[in-house]
Amino acid sequence: MDSYDASESTPRQSTSSRPEDYFIGATFLQKRLESVRKQTSFVPTPPRRKIPHCSLLQEDVDLQKVAFLLHKQWTLYSLTPLYKFSYSNLKEYSRLLNAFIVAEKQKGLAVEVGEDFNIKVIFSTLLGIKGTQRDPEAFLVQILSKSQLPSENRESKVLWTGWFCCIFGDSLLETVSEDFTCLPLFLANGTESNTAIIGTWFQKTFDCYFSPLAINAFNLSWMAAMWTACKMDHYVATTEFLWSVPCSPQSLDISYAIHPEDAKALWDSVHKTPGEVTQEEVDLFMDCLYSHFHRHFKIHLSATRLVRVSTSVASAHTDGKIKILCHKYLIGVLAYLTELAIFQIE
Amino acid sequence: MSSQKRGKNVQAQNRTSQGSNSFQTTLSAWKVKQDPSNSKSISKHGEDNPVGDYEHADDQAEDALQMAVGYFEKGPIKTSRNKDKTLEKHLKTVENVAWKNGLASEEIDILLNVALSGKFGNAVNTRILKCMIPATVISEDSVVKAVSWLCVGKCSGSTKVLFYRWLVAMFDFIDHKEQINLLYGFFFALLQEDALCPYVCHLLYLLTKKENVKPFRVRKLLDLQAKMGMQPHLQALLSLYKFFAPALISVSLPVRKKIYFKNSENLWKTALLAMKQRNQGPSPEPLKLMLGTANVRPLKRKWNSLSVIPVLNSSSCTKECGKKEMSLSDCLSRSRSFPLEQLQSFPQLLQNIHCLELPSQMGSVLNSSLLLHYINCVRDEPVLLRFYYWLSQTLQEECIWYKVNNYEHGREFTNFLDTIIRAECFLQEGFYSCEAFLYKSLPLWDGLCCRSQFLQLVSWIPFSSFSEVKPLLFDRLAQLFFTSTIYFKCSVLQSLKELLQNWLLWLSMDIHMKPVTNSPLETTLGGSMNSVSKLIHYVGCLSTTAMRLESNSTFLLHFILDFYEKVCDIYINYNLPLVVLFPPGIFYSALLSLDASILNQLCFIMHRYHKNLTAAKKNELVQKTKSEFNFSSKTYQEFNHYLTSMVGCLWTSKPFEKGIYIDPKILENTGVAEYKKSLNVVHHPSFLNYAVSFLLQESPEERTVNVSSIRGKKWSWYLDYLFSQGLQGLKLFIRSSVHHSSVTRAEGINYNNQY
Repeated sequence: MDSYDASESTPRQSTSSRPEDYFIGATFLQKRLESVRKQTSFVPTPPRRKIPHCSLLQEDVDLQKVAFLLHKQWTLYSLTPLYKFSYSNLKEYSRLLNAFIVAEKQKGLAVEVGEDFNIKVIFSTLLGIKGTQRDPEAFLVQILSKSQLPSENRESKVLWTGWFCCIFGDSLLETVSEDFTCLPLFLANGTESNTAIIGTWFQKTFDCYFSPLAINAFNLSWMAAMWTACKMDHYVATTEFLWSVPCSPQSLDISYAIHPEDAKALWDSVHKTPGEVTQEEVDLFMDCLYSHFHRHFKIHLSATRLVRVSTSVASAHTDGKIKILCHKYLIGVLAYLTELAIFQIE
Repeated sequence: MSSQKRGKNVQAQNRTSQGSNSFQTTLSAWKVKQDPSNSKSISKHGEDNPVGDYEHADDQAEDALQMAVGYFEKGPIKTSRNKDKTLEKHLKTVENVAWKNGLASEEIDILLNVALSGKFGNAVNTRILKCMIPATVISEDSVVKAVSWLCVGKCSGSTKVLFYRWLVAMFDFIDHKEQINLLYGFFFALLQEDALCPYVCHLLYLLTKKENVKPFRVRKLLDLQAKMGMQPHLQALLSLYKFFAPALISVSLPVRKKIYFKNSENLWKTALLAMKQRNQGPSPEPLKLMLGTANVRPLKRKWNSLSVIPVLNSSSCTKECGKKEMSLSDCLSRSRSFPLEQLQSFPQLLQNIHCLELPSQMGSVLNSSLLLHYINCVRDEPVLLRFYYWLSQTLQEECIWYKVNNYEHGREFTNFLDTIIRAECFLQEGFYSCEAFLYKSLPLWDGLCCRSQFLQLVSWIPFSSFSEVKPLLFDRLAQLFFTSTIYFKCSVLQSLKELLQNWLLWLSMDIHMKPVTNSPLETTLGGSMNSVSKLIHYVGCLSTTAMRLESNSTFLLHFILDFYEKVCDIYINYNLPLVVLFPPGIFYSALLSLDASILNQLCFIMHRYHKNLTAAKKNELVQKTKSEFNFSSKTYQEFNHYLTSMVGCLWTSKPFEKGIYIDPKILENTGVAEYKKSLNVVHHPSFLNYAVSFLLQESPEERTVNVSSIRGKKWSWYLDYLFSQGLQGLKLFIRSSVHHSSVTRAEGINYNNQY
């Protein structure tokens, strides 16, 4: 810290970051604070949400790329808006990030940007992964390893993948200026050390901030309800819940699997408002599961902690890990995750 | 050295130089020495000596030096028989003077020429080079000349090495560097020579500017790296290149701190130290670029940022990303932009404020007071937003009571909060991120962890509508307030006092800066005043309840009255149209307190209220027009009510008749015989010991004292006694609120019913 010299204390500026300057222009910083106030003074989540529709994918979506995003476990992060990010510079970013990773891996050895390394970084856009036209385009970053052998079929292996997206991010988009690109949800698949290196590069280059996005039990229950409510042609997995009982020396996990059609039937019995899920319905749905379990095992699940929810749509872990199974509901799942990420960065 | 002694020396030298004109040679060294500003660099020895001796000794030394330099300049005299002896003598002279006082730049110029031209043998050259210690500065020309000698090839490898070591060691003392920088390519080529490489690397490290970093040089350095492996000196230069041209090169230095350049300076360590002391002041701080790992922290973090606050780096990377499409205007504007790394002083900031290259991570401004100035006056929204996001997220991530407690981490968080608070104090302004952080974290706070920091954050909440922030902040704080110890209550009151002061200061500045505009939200003066008055009322409620909870603790009351000392003076001190009185619970607690200092403070506050209200009344009469800020008659009535009660108790011995009224029957039931007198300045429990001391002072032999005897003349003596005991508040109160008539026990008070 520099020493603050009392003698050079700053004359106060009338132009400084003060409410009325901003009220008049209704500036972004003020909007930001307003939205934080709103968030904190009311119940954090709206009491009702839409049941995901299957028709939400934009027309220009690349199905091959969507398939690539499914059936993988992603670690979730929230991300503050990227400053001066430009979609036209993706090639340049690849080169820079490539050199950065190589330099990080061999600490102390300098590398030339653009040199041919044994790894390759590819930035590419994920067309169509957005909720509204206002949402910025999602993009994907892949780290591939190039095999050393100059053989004919140089099959490059994917070392790490991460993608950035924003689905129905209006509440965030309204509070930042055009210098920023809002992609509040970041999903990574690969070693933590790679994520750290790449995250650091993004933080240094675009002045953004990554934070791990955990999902609490309250939000997991919402996911359980919303995903059970989705109409499915055929179910690929059973509906399963995992509760954790905090006891020593080892915690005890309780797994509770239900046939997906039974779960849907239960949901239909508690569900009243068409097309929407309400807080009461979520509570009721979970209470039914609890009382059913209690009748059989005399264990109050409500006293334990919900740590994982898996359905045919997707599965989510409280640590902030998610796996999406059904491409029809990809956007719906991402919309809720975006909402959670935005809540975290507010 | 005291300034007086220094003065003497100057005189001495001036005289010397005048008296010894004939000795001046072609060297213009004397001119330099004559300059009074340089004179202090001349010898410090023999401070006790009489001036004459000192002068003489100095004279001799200088003469010898001139001769020695002259000798070297001419070159070795082949014919002389005792040439070795003469040479040795002159060398010694030069060495002695150099190590003691340093050499003038002209002398260095000559001797450098001698050493590198190969007139003498290698050993002599080495000795000369080693004593090239400047008294103040080295001229750039000398260095350029010296470098040109190197090209002639007259000196040995070891002399070359020594020269570069010397150049690196003395780099900060070279008066200009523009010419030397033009030789950049020449120095760069020398990297090829293995023996020179480490020292040339160091020199280049000191010399490199952004424009020196070229792709072909980057490639050359990388080739060298490939040839020599990971050499620390190469690493340092490479990382500097990366710093200037992140689009060309990438390098990440190991976390553990390393010495990148060694041995360059230690030959001259003591001389450099002495020189720095001599040069204190005029020589500007040399520009030192920090390597990324300079501030290493023991704690290893997952995301490899080494500290919570990012290192200051220009944002050249993002700018150069779109290099190919960069237009001509971009190029031009970029060349004019001012890199942060060169920002050293406030004047520099002022000159370059329009073209400052901002840091790549805005959070790094927290570590730079100069950039905090910038943040303070910048209107650029993205800058503020970037800072807002960074600070909000970092606070949230670092906040310890979100996570498992960890001592090491806790201290780190405390330090981080301290840094933020220092910045806020420096700017005299709160950050929105901190306010948002308080919204989220106050409900989870235990009231203990980082208490002092947390309450300071509260006092720096930016001014805003009180009713809007109340449920988010103050109501949550109140829960902790009521359930915590008296010390916590006092600290909360203290921080609320500071909050009030910050709001008032800001509002008072703001109102005088611009006319109040009518904007939809709470930006009118009336709205602002309303917000402040709500804050004061809120603290009033807190205080009243706290007094009950803490059974009228004197300690607590002090903190409450401190708050009202700010409140009572708003109209006069801050020139804001607001007077809010204290609630009865506080007023009567203070009036009936057993502590004289409390009563004294109360008197002072009442006196200030009186002044403020009188001033307000006067202004209203002058302005005549009805303004929305005329205080309601209720405020005046309330004040008069308090004043009457107070005068009734302390002065006229008619308590509870006017002001607060208590049925005399009830008072009689208390069984106090003379209740009427029992609260006046003599009998009031908090003054009783003063009264007794006063009487004992009057007549020390008296066995029994009768305090009721204080009346008439004695009453005024007693008052003087009280005033002399430091009860200034009481003095001011009585002077302003009580009229002395010629009758000694004055009863008339001027409580201005016309209010």
